[in-house]
Amino acid sequence: MAAAVPIGGAMAETAQAQNGGTARQGQPPSGDVSLKVNGKSHRLHLDNRVTLLDVLRDHLGLTGTKKGCDHGQCGACTVHEGERRILSCLTLAAMVREPVTTIEGVADADGTLHPMQQAFIDHDAFQCGYCTPGQIMSAIACVREGHAENDTDIREYMSGNLCRCAAYPHIVAAIEQARPQMKKG
Amino acid sequence: MRPFTYLRASDIPSAVKAGAGGGATGAANRGDVQFIAGGTLLLDLMKLDNMRPLTLVDINDLQGRMRQVEAGGNGLWLGALVHMADAADHPAILRDYPMIAQALQLAASAQLRNMATLGGNVLQRTRCQYFRDPSWSACNKRDPGSGCAAMDGVNRKHAVLGVGDKCIAEYPGDFAQALVALDARVHTSGPAGSRDFAFDQLHLGPERPEVETVLAPGELITGFTVPSAPWARRSLYLKIRDRQSYAFALASAAVALDMDEDVVRDVRIALGGVAYRPWRAHDAEAMLKGQPLDEARATRAARAAFANARPRGENAYKPRLGEQTLVRALMQCAAMEA
Repeated sequence: MAAAVPIGGAMAETAQAQNGGTARQGQPPSGDVSLKVNGKSHRLHLDNRVTLLDVLRDHLGLTGTKKGCDHGQCGACTVHEGERRILSCLTLAAMVREPVTTIEGVADADGTLHPMQQAFIDHDAFQCGYCTPGQIMSAIACVREGHAENDTDIREYMSGNLCRCAAYPHIVAAIEQARPQMKKG
Repeated sequence: MRPFTYLRASDIPSAVKAGAGGGATGAANRGDVQFIAGGTLLLDLMKLDNMRPLTLVDINDLQGRMRQVEAGGNGLWLGALVHMADAADHPAILRDYPMIAQALQLAASAQLRNMATLGGNVLQRTRCQYFRDPSWSACNKRDPGSGCAAMDGVNRKHAVLGVGDKCIAEYPGDFAQALVALDARVHTSGPAGSRDFAFDQLHLGPERPEVETVLAPGELITGFTVPSAPWARRSLYLKIRDRQSYAFALASAAVALDMDEDVVRDVRIALGGVAYRPWRAHDAEAMLKGQPLDEARATRAARAAFANARPRGENAYKPRLGEQTLVRALMQCAAMEA
């Protein structure tokens, strides 16, 4: 939903004229970006380099999504774009097309936790908690994808979320608990 | 990350036009204009100050066949903008081309497979740390003529096949091994028009390490075709890693067999994690064709596949690991239901 001027067809010429998504004098290239996060719409003017992760944390104050490696190796920054789990650290804010859901957006409006959040608490599926938002966002998508039907699948399809406290067995148990509850809901 | 101009292309011609606009040298690192789809490697390398494009052309709005998987009697069309996760879970690919589904499913993580596209995947860059990290001064791939720190450095994961005196970087991908094994073709649109050619021709050898593919500046991969063949269904991808999931291959084997009872009517073999580029093992294929398949013959063929291996220090284990990986893949493939 970025407002970078589209190129192509009749628009190609105007793209140059309007200087869409390119530099203002003396400033790094920037552009207008529209984002829908947890149901709320935002319009921002951002340096083209800004990642979705940095928008969430630094511009929208949604610090639940964590920055671990910032290189797509740890999974701490996992959010949903549409229904898909993605890494917000390797996504430019300008590239985002679909509504984004973060850890702040999965509980009910009345504060009732998402079954996956409750399951992580029930099973003590963390120690330091730093990877937990990414683990939960990944786990919710993993169940929806149908890749959490057994322990082997859960371990394989959750392998992109590292936990250096090694809470893995409890994370698997939490997903096992939440899976049928999610299906009911 | 350095500043860049961000453009969105609405159709292939405008993407190609914008992509060719930078007058790039053809060197994969120095291309002033880069297409971005998933961006999972491009942004990674831009953050490392390895790749420094002046312009990114976002191609995620392109519609049509680039987003499609089409499975029919003549074979398979894989659009370049199809996400790895979607191709890996596609019923026709799982059933008729299991090697492709496995190569995709065993690569990266679920999040990365949701983001990364098939076209970008085959263009992924080596994991050589001396290449990735520009604080190392000697890297012929990043900075032609500067030397190669990996030759006598930390090179446990580096290539042993198809290497040169300038570069021993490994091609890290999995999906490309399936494409090269199954005689796939690449389809592109570029400033000079559209063309298609054997996937085996896409990646170059290490003579000029800074130029990795035959793609011209602005030339966009639109998709791949995989011919239907009697060996495609009895095929698999075996990947050996330091850990069981979410790791690059130390060695891998893509194997497809067409069997007449226990005799090999035809066979396709590609080897991952061990070579400079996607690597077809023609010598091993020739040794197996027309012969009954047993472990002794598989072992001899595997040795032939690595006969010209050039280990360089810490990767001395790779020829043996690669041979064993191929033998196991062949025997597992032979045991599959046709």
